[in-house]
Amino acid sequence: MRHLIDILDLSKQEIDELLATANDIIDHPADYAEVCHGKKLATLFFEPSTRTRLSFEAAMYELGGNVLGFSEASSSSASKGESVSDTIRVVSNYADIIAMRHPKEGAPMVASMKSSVPIINAGDGGHNHPTQTLTDLLTISREQDRLDHLTIGFCGDLKFGRTVHSLLCAMARYEKVKMIFIAPEELKIPDYLITEVLEPAGVEYVQTTDLESVIPELDILYMTRVQRERFFNEADYLRLKDSYILTPPKLAPAKSTMRVLHPLPRVNEIAVAVDEDPRACYFEQAKNGKYVRMALIMKLLGVTK
Amino acid sequence: MIIGQIENGIVLDHITAGRAMEIYDVLHLGELDCTVAIIKNAQSEKLGRKDILKVYDVIDLDMDILGYIDPGITVNIIQNGKVVERRHLELPVRVENVIRCKNPRCITSVEPGLKQVFKLTDRVRGVYRCIYCDTQAK
Repeated sequence: MRHLIDILDLSKQEIDELLATANDIIDHPADYAEVCHGKKLATLFFEPSTRTRLSFEAAMYELGGNVLGFSEASSSSASKGESVSDTIRVVSNYADIIAMRHPKEGAPMVASMKSSVPIINAGDGGHNHPTQTLTDLLTISREQDRLDHLTIGFCGDLKFGRTVHSLLCAMARYEKVKMIFIAPEELKIPDYLITEVLEPAGVEYVQTTDLESVIPELDILYMTRVQRERFFNEADYLRLKDSYILTPPKLAPAKSTMRVLHPLPRVNEIAVAVDEDPRACYFEQAKNGKYVRMALIMKLLGVTK
Repeated sequence: MIIGQIENGIVLDHITAGRAMEIYDVLHLGELDCTVAIIKNAQSEKLGRKDILKVYDVIDLDMDILGYIDPGITVNIIQNGKVVERRHLELPVRVENVIRCKNPRCITSVEPGLKQVFKLTDRVRGVYRCIYCDTQAK
């Protein structure tokens, strides 16, 4: 039995297979409409989520399966003090697969140690969010037709952004990927990701504070939100916040084939006017999340079309 | 008493000066019935100063814990007054219930009965991370 706790639980080959399945689902959805008939997905969301939970539920329904679960901890036994281990031991009697979001980092790993059915980590605090990474990989591969030989810019809060960390780890396994980290000094990429991931993998990388100077060389621009609460003082936040807002003039010098991704929700880091630009890809990215989750559910349940 | 030659036992040599008591506690040597000698600040050609622990009996040692705390230690196994085995330690790939995760957001801070497990992620720099939340051990 397999679980997905960390994106690196999947080999490159397995990721390629998942993306191929997701692409086939997009092209031939009817072929997959009943493959999970009679199967149940439990969505255990101990903290709120919109996109992730709904895309999991939509994914299971589109595979012909059913969904049960809860969308916040207050409506579960966690509010009575039940441990993750006990909750999972019980729920794994009722469902064939579990997608779980929890505010505590490592909770899905604990669940996987106790569960009799596959566990999918749907986000654990600021730690991992592997299905977002699969979504990102599917989007990049569909838009650029490859995952290697790419220059990817990560912009915004690179210190705390779990989606950035996971995508960086996943992309470091592909050939000739160059990463450009665009962030204020206060929010730059943690050193350990450089020493423990990028350098051992021989990934070329650049760190800069200036988005406009590097945007022409990017194939992908992965935007994240710069949050006020991450700064030590208000003055620094006010000084820096506008530097990392993507506007049509800043986007103008980018390649026509470049794509802008964002894990969403967006606040103000991408101007609404950018949405009309053909390079804006974040809503397409959100759509892809459903398809790649369909492929993942199938893989972990061991079903085929 | 005289701290002399061991007939059968274990000598932990080349302990970083000042760490003998920590190792004594972690290995629970205070619970043994046999003689245990703690030598602090001994002269060492290699280290300048070092600590030594002598255990006057052959016991099972947790080499992983020792390797994590002080990988420079040499473990000498003595039988019939002679060194029959000399082990040089290295950083273990995994340690259980030796380090506590300090991340307040880690599941180990709330989940009852969970082992504290850390894995070696960077041998050159000796970095250990919690297997649950990936927080680096301090």
